[in-house]
Amino acid sequence: MSEIIVVTSGKGGVGKTTTTANLGTGLASFGHKVVLVDADIGLRNLDVVMGLENRIVYDITDVTEGHCRLRQALIKDKRYEGLFLLPAAQTKDKTAVSPDQMKKLCADLAQEFEYVLIDCPAGIEQGFRNAIAGAQKAIVVTTPEVAAVRDADRVIGLLEAAELRNPALIINRIRPKMVRHGDMMGIEDIIDILAVDLLGVVPEDEQVVISTNRGEAVVCDERSRSGQAYRNIVRRIKGEAVPMMNLDDSGIFSRLRRIIGLR
Amino acid sequence: MFEFLARVFGRETTASKNVAKERLRLVLVHDRAGVSPQLMETLKNELIKVISNYLEIDEKALEVTLETNEDQVALVASIPVRGMKRVSRELVSGI
Ligand SMILES: Nc1ncnc2c1ncn2[C@@H]1O[C@H](COP(=O)(O)OP(=O)(O)O)[C@@H](O)[C@H]1O
Ligand SMILES: [Mg+2]
Repeated sequence: MSEIIVVTSGKGGVGKTTTTANLGTGLASFGHKVVLVDADIGLRNLDVVMGLENRIVYDITDVTEGHCRLRQALIKDKRYEGLFLLPAAQTKDKTAVSPDQMKKLCADLAQEFEYVLIDCPAGIEQGFRNAIAGAQKAIVVTTPEVAAVRDADRVIGLLEAAELRNPALIINRIRPKMVRHGDMMGIEDIIDILAVDLLGVVPEDEQVVISTNRGEAVVCDERSRSGQAYRNIVRRIKGEAVPMMNLDDSGIFSRLRRIIGLR
Repeated sequence: MFEFLARVFGRETTASKNVAKERLRLVLVHDRAGVSPQLMETLKNELIKVISNYLEIDEKALEVTLETNEDQVALVASIPVRGMKRVSRELVSGI
């Protein structure tokens, strides 16, 4: 049994690519066979986030146009045996792949892989429609900002219209301190408004930037908060019931409280 | 200064996240209505059905819109009335 999951958001820059890379790497670290599909055609990104940019020979349109076989276009990850990337084309535009081609591609990949994760482009136009065409499930990424949540709401409506019901939400870049001070919408606020299931919450974390600079996934960083958050989400995708992480943990007072044994 | 004190004492009213949430709630009313015009159309037809039990109305001139004031969205209906139905008293007393 395989799962074909699209990672989408509407708004750009909220963390779709980062999420795809980390969930894929995390699933592979548990020994699963995983393929990441970069559907952001014309704005290839997932390859650099994964640190695989120097290994690309063929891309997704070479496969759909029959210039190479699917196997030849798949790039093997540096670290994990079972992890592969199908890169986007960089010199084509969003219409270079059709929804039907995408459906076939996903079905072919599902023959070989347990998880097919699709990194969706921003927007709700053709590129979005292509990216979701072959998916069975959707993950919607948002940040605690009015514009991002608004776009997420729009995308959830479009996903449901396309029969991708009950998308799961990831709230990214949350800053617990700002939430505590009432200066950022919190988890409950966003869930209250969007009325969808919460898959996970990822804090704002410098370590994401540092790992991305190196072309590594922060999910492999044992000590980072964001890595922990991604590992939890990975386990939830695998079907485990993992409680939401206590984000307030990093505050000076709760750290003090922990040190003096109040918790 | 008041805002500062309100914050220190944990008063939530001025917190910017509440402003954000409220703005989001309002904008989504419009977004969701705009995304499904058929919903507004169905609402309009149902309104016509109900009101026609009591009043003679000009169906063609009926207008239903969502309007936003400062902090709330209102469903505004403009329904030209041609006349009153005689049965309306019976309906009322029949409840
Ligand atoms: N939790 C986080 N903490 C800090 N920076 C983040 C986090 N998530 C994403 N970013 C950064 O935000 C930027 C946009 O992320 P990206 O995944 O490329 O978004 P998208 O694919 O939705 O456009 C990147 O520079 C990324 O490193
Ligand atoms: Mg991206």
